[in-house]
Amino acid sequence: MKRLLTGNEAVARGAYEAGVTVASAYPGTPSTEILENIAKYKEIYSEWAPNEKVALEVAIGASIAGARAIAAMKHVGVNVAADPLFTFAYTGVNGGCILVTADDPGMHSSQNEQDNRYYAKSAKLVMLEPSDSQEAKDFVKLGYEISEMFDVPILLRLTTRICHSKTLVELEERQEVEIKEYNKNIAKYVATPANGRILHVKLEEKLKKLEEYSNNTPINKVEFNDKSIGIITSGVAYQYAKEVFGDNASYLKLGMTFPLPKQKIREFAEQVDKLYVIEELEPYLETEIKAMGIDVIGKELIPNIGELNPDIIREALLGEKKEIIEMNSEKIVSRPPTMCAGCPHRGLFYVLSKKKNVVITGDIGCYTLGSAPPLETMDTCICMGASVSAGHGFSKAFEVNGKEAKVFGVIGDSTFFHSGITGLIDIVYNKGNAATIILDNRITGMTGHQENPGTGYTLMGEVTEQIDLVKICEAIGVKHIEVINPLDLEETEKAIDKAINTDEPVVIITKWPCVLKKSPKEEIEEYGLDQRKICTVESDKCKQCKLCLKVGCPAISFEEGIGAIIDDTMCVGCDVCLQVCPFNAIVKVGE
Amino acid sequence: MSETKNILLVGVGGQGIILASKVLSKGLVDAGFDVKMSEVHGMAQRGGSVTTQVRYGEKVYSPIIGKGQADILVAFEKMEAMRWIEYLKPNGKLVINNYSIPSVPVLTGQVKYPENIIEELKEKVDTTVIDAANAARELGNIRTQNIIMLGALVKALNITEVNWEEAIRETVKEKYIDINLKAFNRGMELV
Repeated sequence: MKRLLTGNEAVARGAYEAGVTVASAYPGTPSTEILENIAKYKEIYSEWAPNEKVALEVAIGASIAGARAIAAMKHVGVNVAADPLFTFAYTGVNGGCILVTADDPGMHSSQNEQDNRYYAKSAKLVMLEPSDSQEAKDFVKLGYEISEMFDVPILLRLTTRICHSKTLVELEERQEVEIKEYNKNIAKYVATPANGRILHVKLEEKLKKLEEYSNNTPINKVEFNDKSIGIITSGVAYQYAKEVFGDNASYLKLGMTFPLPKQKIREFAEQVDKLYVIEELEPYLETEIKAMGIDVIGKELIPNIGELNPDIIREALLGEKKEIIEMNSEKIVSRPPTMCAGCPHRGLFYVLSKKKNVVITGDIGCYTLGSAPPLETMDTCICMGASVSAGHGFSKAFEVNGKEAKVFGVIGDSTFFHSGITGLIDIVYNKGNAATIILDNRITGMTGHQENPGTGYTLMGEVTEQIDLVKICEAIGVKHIEVINPLDLEETEKAIDKAINTDEPVVIITKWPCVLKKSPKEEIEEYGLDQRKICTVESDKCKQCKLCLKVGCPAISFEEGIGAIIDDTMCVGCDVCLQVCPFNAIVKVGE
Repeated sequence: MSETKNILLVGVGGQGIILASKVLSKGLVDAGFDVKMSEVHGMAQRGGSVTTQVRYGEKVYSPIIGKGQADILVAFEKMEAMRWIEYLKPNGKLVINNYSIPSVPVLTGQVKYPENIIEELKEKVDTTVIDAANAARELGNIRTQNIIMLGALVKALNITEVNWEEAIRETVKEKYIDINLKAFNRGMELV
């Protein structure tokens, strides 16, 4: 049976068919749906880990125990997981193990566009790169075979285009794979220096054999057509190349890109007149092939910035440009992402935006949008967890150099569990005075509502212990902790002012569920969500001061001569605008 | 049919573009085509620009197309039609929903929502204007605009090989099947 599946759904299906029994991940676009789909298969234990390092370590543990295991994350997540990854290549596996890295060329929703093919080379991991959903599924299954045959972990590299495109996939049955016997083996699984030195030698031997395998595997495939042009390519770039050149070129399509099939590459190069390397982002293949002494054309024509597409290839290599309809582009207004109407982060950022002499160190999540106009309440955003620790560094630098400014690190609930907690430990331990604001919207918001340790539910839908943020902060040693309702501007302002006037570590937890969250019954009752009434403007009282526009709510617009208007289909009655209006022109509908 | 057809659907998050694309893709797959569908949505849960590309034919390689290559552009929102018009073939078709959703810079009064969008587009390209919002209200559910637009797309591109009723039945939630079937037919009539 053939079905249209995204690459992420196909990876999940592949894991199911390959007999995987343990899966762990931290959500991150474009990888999130891999675990969401694996969780639908009851045969696989699946979980959200608090971060990517933990997710990979769970998979490593499961693998050593003898089970087929998978960990999935976005490209920057692999940076977090890099520590165990490099050593895992040394120890090897017991049950087969795959780490999926979902890279984001074009930065559709990421802070950089790193090319994780370099991780394979650097950590010495077998790398597979599918070019559509069928291959995504097939390569997962093949990956487990290679992993167990050569005793190595596999890095499966997807990109946003593979993750989020639907292409046809042939479904097959699940193959039940019995857990392998586990035998204690200190020399293999305990990476002390003495063992590591031996393991490194063994790994290099495995890589030689894997290069032989790479030369012979059918997933490194030659397609001979017209031999005047030869193209070496991998991943989705293969599809783009085929789109442009069709049968007018010959291809070496690489499905396994570490170790590279050097012999196959050499043979292919010898048989074609002109050789191109078509690859997305960095010149990974090109550099390796050039190091073999083979002359190729690649990044001198194809950019290493942004997502590749057939157009770029067509124009770069053939000099062809499609005719297009031209419009006056100046007329087109931008449509930037924005905090939703009723977003619980809005109240906090509105209060912060009015404070003078404060620095806001930001983090990765919906609240990063606090940096956008009209609030523009953010000074930095580096990576997950850096709000707390960079905030500490910021305040220390000011303190040492005699400057004064209060620093607030803003971080989400899931992100705090991910890597904010260690930064907070640093602040307390090292006598910092940066304040930490945990924006607890009771869910992982940005990636589309995944449960986390604070929500009380697991990925598999089971009720579980809710990790208590207040108790954690107390245990770390924070004495000044406040839990506030961020939709109450007065309460929020009081907490912020108190923090500004305090010289000890402060944690403010803004607790209110994400407006898009499907809250369970208890939560609806706890927050009175079903009692809320939407807001409206009494236009005779509106003095057209536009102060309500400063909160940046997408439900509020303004018309000259009339004043503010609230869209009744979008408003949820969060009341932030009502509190901001100095003329009491905003009222509750029906009151 | 040997030539690959390229469809581009554009609009704003929350308008149901992805669901409409799913129905479209499902119908095309069941009719035996090779199909690739690509979603592009930015960071926002709501309110951001959303596009999907559906390509079908005997054999489809790239899941995405570039500028000047869409056979049809279906815009669920007026300004988004302008933003994506470069992707349409100069002799392609535009189906545009006469509906505007102001973005935040418009709402906060920094910039003005562009005027005369439809008039300008009509001058340059074969344009069909659909009033999907009113049609959807008449049907009793404003949220069926997406399937009305899908019906309009199918009629405009004259895709006859597909059993659309089955595709809708198998894709949308059971309690919305009837209204969506009506919406689809209404969309067909509007072209």
